[in-house]
Parts: sequence; structure tokens; C-alpha cells
Amino acid sequence: MAISTYLDFEKPVADLEKKIAELEATGGATVEEEVGKLREKAEKQLEHIYTHLNAWQKTQVARHPDRPHFMDYVESLFDEFVELAGDRKFMNDDAIMGGLARFRGKPVVVIGHEKGRDTQTRLKHNFGMGKPEGYRKAVRLIELAGRFNLPVIALVDTSGAFPGKGGEERGQAEALARSIEACLTLDTPMISVIVGEGGSGGAVALASGNKVLMMEHAVYSVISPEGAASILFHDAKRAKDTAEAMKITAQDLEKFRIVDAVVPEPMGGAHRDPKIAIEQVGEAIEEALSTLQGMTPDDLRAQRKERFYAIGREGFA
Amino acid sequence: MNWLTNLPPGLKSIFAKKDDTEGDSLWVKCPKTGELVYRQELESAYWVTQSGAHMRISPEQRFKYMFDGGLWTEIPMPPVMRDPLKFKDDKRYTDRLKAAKAKTGREDCMVAAHGEINGRKAVILVQDFAFMGGSLGMAAGEAFIKAAETAVARKAALIVVTASGGARMQESSFALMQMPRTVLAIQDVKRARLPYIVILSDPTSGGVLASYAMLGDVQIAEPGAQLAFTGPRVIEATIREKLPEGFQRSEFLRERGMVDIVCSRKELTPTVGAILGMLMPPARGRRSKAQPADEVAAAK
Repeated sequence: MAISTYLDFEKPVADLEKKIAELEATGGATVEEEVGKLREKAEKQLEHIYTHLNAWQKTQVARHPDRPHFMDYVESLFDEFVELAGDRKFMNDDAIMGGLARFRGKPVVVIGHEKGRDTQTRLKHNFGMGKPEGYRKAVRLIELAGRFNLPVIALVDTSGAFPGKGGEERGQAEALARSIEACLTLDTPMISVIVGEGGSGGAVALASGNKVLMMEHAVYSVISPEGAASILFHDAKRAKDTAEAMKITAQDLEKFRIVDAVVPEPMGGAHRDPKIAIEQVGEAIEEALSTLQGMTPDDLRAQRKERFYAIGREGFA
Repeated sequence: MNWLTNLPPGLKSIFAKKDDTEGDSLWVKCPKTGELVYRQELESAYWVTQSGAHMRISPEQRFKYMFDGGLWTEIPMPPVMRDPLKFKDDKRYTDRLKAAKAKTGREDCMVAAHGEINGRKAVILVQDFAFMGGSLGMAAGEAFIKAAETAVARKAALIVVTASGGARMQESSFALMQMPRTVLAIQDVKRARLPYIVILSDPTSGGVLASYAMLGDVQIAEPGAQLAFTGPRVIEATIREKLPEGFQRSEFLRERGMVDIVCSRKELTPTVGAILGMLMPPARGRRSKAQPADEVAAAK
């Protein structure tokens, strides 16, 4: 499938696909065979690249502008989405969206970061960087889910909470802490899926559920690779090194038992076939929810405690 | 540059360079005014200089100032995996740990002890900024859990004195996971209806502020402490303007509704004592109707 934005390391594939497009434009019977060969070559190339992605390349895939975002998931995976807005204290923050919806027939609360797709929507959603009111809205919705016995599905995709003046004034830190607390004390099952970037506190605030899933090429880290590089090496350009050193890939985090399962992406990343990618996430959520079926509120809280306490205590592969 | 710079090294060593509260120099420099203060004088003034600067102090000094009679029992900390990622930047993480241990004599940044405050059972957990900037990693997270469990087991209040640059980057996601882990530990204290009191000291930031440091039943801050989720430099770079004086300081957070009390270190122990006195029964004996234990204590 041809895509609009190629990443640096996808250049060999981009070149092949360009050639294919040129050949197809000329038409003719002899072309068909050649195109077939090139297609095969491009596919092999893509497979080679995507089975050998390093942490910094994955970071770029996770940030790919064509990667499915919150609203894409909502449109494909959920029915009857009713968006709920505002924190009832200050304002509505579109960086974090949420509401009531049906997932495979059953009502749930769905929450997540929305990054926006073009300049206008990116500004509207503040590039998915939540402010205190966004996290306070999340708390409101999580509490609503608890009262009405609905599971919570959280889709995490943020470079981090917004580092702004207003956010600090209104208690960004407190809002994040309360959001973590709301996830951990919830009476009903909560599944968190890191679908793109899991950026630090802004991510963990929605990723403190019973099950934490992560897409194959998503990243999850305590600080952005650029941020770590500028602190540790005083050089943001060394992000590739810190991305490797911090072990931020789904594969590493599954080994560490920080995430419970890795959701496979279509070959070449979620942006190459969003429909399949979203479907796979749906399957993984359904499976994760089924393992929590029949658990009482106390069971669910105990499971979260056991899950998070075990991290780092038990060995890993 | 000041006149100290020109002194021969032998002489210079009797002056501490910065917040050297544990050193043995006779004179200490006030971080606010640069004025030299006599060490003994500072010690009896809770390490608060004439200008009101609250200097960073060690966990032992905290315990001494806060526990009744200066008596406490340190809580042993569980062993943890030290370098899960074999992390290396300019230096190996294990070398950084060794250096921090040599500097502070501690395994990591958190120290906990139990004792009494105003006759109420309390566990105090202190984060030592001198150990790798008080950064939150696995050892600190386990220490927090241990302190919370001890508080629940002893039916004691949990008091946490924070000082931290945030999560410890060298432990990456394992550090990040200490945010939910510490928040979980607090829930046990809350469910047991025991007070959880946070004392924010300079500086407290990042993942520490965005987890256990903002969830106290009562939030107290030492005057002038820098308390920021995102540090001022990063914000200034984002919004391209200078932040106003006092932004993200304790007094500012109180004004914005984020802390209950800004309290000088001298007033800290009586303030915490008063709060515990109203939220908890005395550790020893029940109050007799004729003579409440509080009044007996006050009469002494």
C-alpha cells in the first residue's frame, strides 16, 4: 500500500514504490511482470526493515503522522460513542478525549489522548499533550465508569503532559497523581493500550490499569529520548543512543513484565494498514477483558496491586 | 568569585562550598545571601539561615528534629535489583551509584524510621537529595512501599519528606513504574484510616510530584521550595518567555490551592504534631475522661 509520508529508513521501499508507480503509469503488457517482481522486492525490503527496527526507528514509527489515533479507534472499534467533555472545574481539554461507547455490544468508558491529524486539529488537540483539566476529565470519567459498573478502555498516545505555564499553575502534578490513583482504585476492569507514544507521567496517568497492552512498534518511556539525551549528554541529537539505552520498545517492556502483551501490527507498521491495526487492538482488548471477567471490585484492586508490585521484584528473561 | 576563592586550599577546606550540611567545616555559606554562618548556630536553628533559606538537611537531621525526644528506630530496607538495564551514559550507572553511596553512606535516597510525634505513632520517610538528586528508582519505590506497610502494621501515620529531581532516568521504565507503585502503597495507608502527610522540601519535581508527593491528606511545604512538575527552564523554552519571580515556589502553590500549609522548619514539628494529635489517638494508653493525655503532655 502506498503511503504519503516515508520515514528516513524506509527510503529503499519508497524508491521501489516510486518505480512501481512510474512503470504502472506507462502501462503495457511487459510492465505487469516487472511490476510484480518489484512489488515482491518491496515487500521483502519492508519486511526486512520492520523486523529489524531499533528503538529510535520505532520511536519514529510510533510518532508517524498517519498512524491511527484515538478518534480512528473510536470510529472503528466502538458504536454509539457519546463524547463527554470538561472537568467541571476549569475547562475542556481536547488533548484527552473520552466518553461512553459500546465495545462489542457492551457499554464501556473509553478515554485516550488524541494528537490530531493536520495543523488545525493538532492545535485543537494540543498534539495530544494533556493539561490538568484533561486528566481531571479522565478522573471524572473513570469514576463514572466505576459507579455504573462499566469497564474502562484507555488508549495512550502522548509525548507527555503539556509543559506549560497554565498547567503548572493549575496543578499538573496533582492532576496526574489523581489520575493514577483513579485508575488504581477503580471498581471495574481497566485495560490500557499504548497505541503510539507512551510519554512518561502523561502516559502512566492513563496506563495504570489491570492490563497494560502495547502495540508492536509503540514506545513507552520515562522521558523522551531527546529529553534524556539533552540531560545525560547535553546533546538532543544523541536521542538514538538514549532510545536504545532506556529500553523503550514493546518487546523489552514485555520481557520486564511492565506490559502484559504486545499487539502485533501489520507488516510495515500500523500506518500502512490502519484498519487491520485497529482490529488487532480490538481483539487484544476483548481478550484482556475476558481474563478479568467475574472479578469483584476487591479482586480487581488486588490484581492491580499484585501486578504493579511484581514489576522489578521478579526476574526477567 | 569572592575572597574565598583566593584562599589556599588548606584554608578553603574549612569552608563548605554549598549545601554541605553534613560536612565538618566550621562555617557554612548561606545559599541565598552568600553570607557565612557558624555551623553550630545553624544546627540549632534547624539549618535555616538568618535570611530564611531552608538548607537541605540529611534524613538523620530530619528524624532528630521531628521525632519525640530525638528517638527513632530505622526501618531496614529490602534489597532490590540495582541496574536492571545495564545503563551507561557518560558513566556507568553502577559507578554513579557507588559514588553516591560513598558520598552519603547510604544504599539509595530513601531512609525511613519509626517513632512518635506529639505522642502519636509515626513513620517518617525522608528522601535525601544528596543521593543522585533524590531520584525515584526501584530502591526508592520499595522503600516507600516498606514505609507504608510499616505504618499500617504499627497503626502509625505516614509522613513523607520529599526532595527529588524526579524519576531516575538510568532505570527508565522501572523508575516510571514507581509512580503507580507508590500510589498503590498510599491506598493501604488511606484504607487503614491513618494520616498520610507530605512535607515538600526543596526541590521536588517531575514524577515524584506527579505521584505520591501530591496525594497527602495534608500537604505542607517548606518556605521557598521549588515545586514543579516541569522545571522552569523547560517551560521557558516552550513558551519563550521568562517566568515570573516566585513561580512554582511553595508560597505560589499555596496561593494556587495545591498545598495546605507553608511552614518554617522551626514550626514544622509542632504543626505536624498538632495535626496528628487531632487525627490520631495517643500511642500510649487511652485518654481518661478526667485528664486527657494531651493536657498531661502539655502540662509537663
